[in-house]
Amino acid sequence: MTIALSIKDLRKVYGNKFEALKGISFDVQQGDFFALLGPNGAGKSTTLGIVSSLVNKTSGQVEIFGFDLEKDQAAAKRSLGVVPQEFNFNMFEKVGDIVRTQAGYYGIPVAVAKQRAETYLKKLGLWDKRDVPARMLSGGMKRRLMIARALVHEPKLLILDEPTAGVDIELRRSMWAFLKELNKAGTTIILTTHYLEEAESLCRNIAIIDHGSIVHNTSIKSLLQQLNTETFILDIRPEQALDVAFEGYSCQLEDPHTLVVQVDKNKGLNGLFKQLEAQDIEVTSMRNKSNRLEELFVAMVEKNLETSEA
Amino acid sequence: MSHHELWVAFITIVRKEIRRFTRIWAQTLLPPAITMTLYFIIFGNLIGSRIGEMGGFSYMEFIVPGLIMMSVITNSYGNVVSSFFSTKFQKNIEELLVSPTPNWVILSGYVLGGVSRGLAVGFIVTLLSLFFTKLQIHSFWVTIATVMLTSVLFSLGGFINAVFANSFDDISIIPTFILTPLTYLGGVFYSIQLLPEFWQGVSQLNPILYMVNTFRYGILGSSDINVSFAFGVIILFNLVLFTIALKLLNMGKGIRQ
Repeated sequence: MTIALSIKDLRKVYGNKFEALKGISFDVQQGDFFALLGPNGAGKSTTLGIVSSLVNKTSGQVEIFGFDLEKDQAAAKRSLGVVPQEFNFNMFEKVGDIVRTQAGYYGIPVAVAKQRAETYLKKLGLWDKRDVPARMLSGGMKRRLMIARALVHEPKLLILDEPTAGVDIELRRSMWAFLKELNKAGTTIILTTHYLEEAESLCRNIAIIDHGSIVHNTSIKSLLQQLNTETFILDIRPEQALDVAFEGYSCQLEDPHTLVVQVDKNKGLNGLFKQLEAQDIEVTSMRNKSNRLEELFVAMVEKNLETSEA
Repeated sequence: MSHHELWVAFITIVRKEIRRFTRIWAQTLLPPAITMTLYFIIFGNLIGSRIGEMGGFSYMEFIVPGLIMMSVITNSYGNVVSSFFSTKFQKNIEELLVSPTPNWVILSGYVLGGVSRGLAVGFIVTLLSLFFTKLQIHSFWVTIATVMLTSVLFSLGGFINAVFANSFDDISIIPTFILTPLTYLGGVFYSIQLLPEFWQGVSQLNPILYMVNTFRYGILGSSDINVSFAFGVIILFNLVLFTIALKLLNMGKGIRQ
């Protein structure tokens, strides 16, 4: 299978001697929906910055669809679309002009650029705003504008740096649907996000970066299999005394109506429900304490922190 | 990129630059028109009529080429320095950096944007000057070549200033403390023949003197300095500044971490 992005032994040392990347390597296959996760300052943005030609690397190699970013820059850049975290368009330019101008930077003739701008602005629900200066758009619209701009040259690889940060739930869901459709149509997508629910719902493979090193690079499925316990929150009635206990389960009563239970991966919940029924306790609703990936991510980062401090 | 794609990218940058300064015409095209009209009225008409001849021409005739050139210089420089710095400041330079557009095309596009504004203002000032004096062109090609080369030179200067600038203060320091004094002392308002010999020598270190005098030669047929030598100086400065600007862009100075 073709490799969309290949990163080999990538290092970045900033002017203040801070080593942001300590020789990371990973590949992203063509057609993948890939998440690059890590806590703030882990090296995600530096990695994406180097791939996007916005940050100079110290050493290492980056290839986009087999084109070396240093030796065959134009071909590599043509295969890549970038949606940055911060709004970086001219706020005084009109929406349509921003997208058409970006097409021009890729050498796309005016007639084709106009057609493509119309297609992508329509797809992202911004066609009505084409003659409006970008500063007049809402936060969600600005984010969609950056996606339209990144797609106008029809890249095979799209990088999104926290695409749904600060976006309301409804819009986030519609952006997820759009990205899924784009991926299904063949575009390889790499995203960074702080919403781990987003990574779990959209992505197939994942790399977790921390302190400038890749601590995990695997499929989300196999990563989730590493999760030994899961925490559930049960809303119960009638109210219970604080010393409530269930055999074989680690439980804690947060308040008289809320029971927090840690369940071993191999155990299941049936045993707990039997005990609840036997004690005439009714479960009115149940939910995960946090997203599964989030639990795993926090555990990994904490473990990595302990190792680096040791 | 193919030649056609390079051309499209170049034209896109130039169009964007022209769109920018025409959108804010009240800040870019109108002020030099008003300032130069005041110069024509006060220095050329009111004071000039008492000065008499300068270099064999009426004072108004003498200062018109210098004032046109002054407008071209300040507007070419001002366009690129403010546009490229804003692009850096708002981070929309990233739109260009992620694209396959080569650095020499980016630089050329910004420079032609600066030249476009410089020439647009030069044209407006020339039209205004016709209300005050008759303008005869002694040598069309010398006039055009000088104004073009000067505009390119100061667009390149503006670009280099923008690359090094970290704040809006930094883009006004050079125009205020270097460019304006050099322009005023570059023979716009007087012939250097009026100066003592020592100061004539010092004046010849000022590159703007060569541009103003070559342009004046193109219009009036009279110059304080040798025109061929002046062209050599202007072309040399252009080559040096283009090389420096391109080197800075290739290094990513001020735009890449």
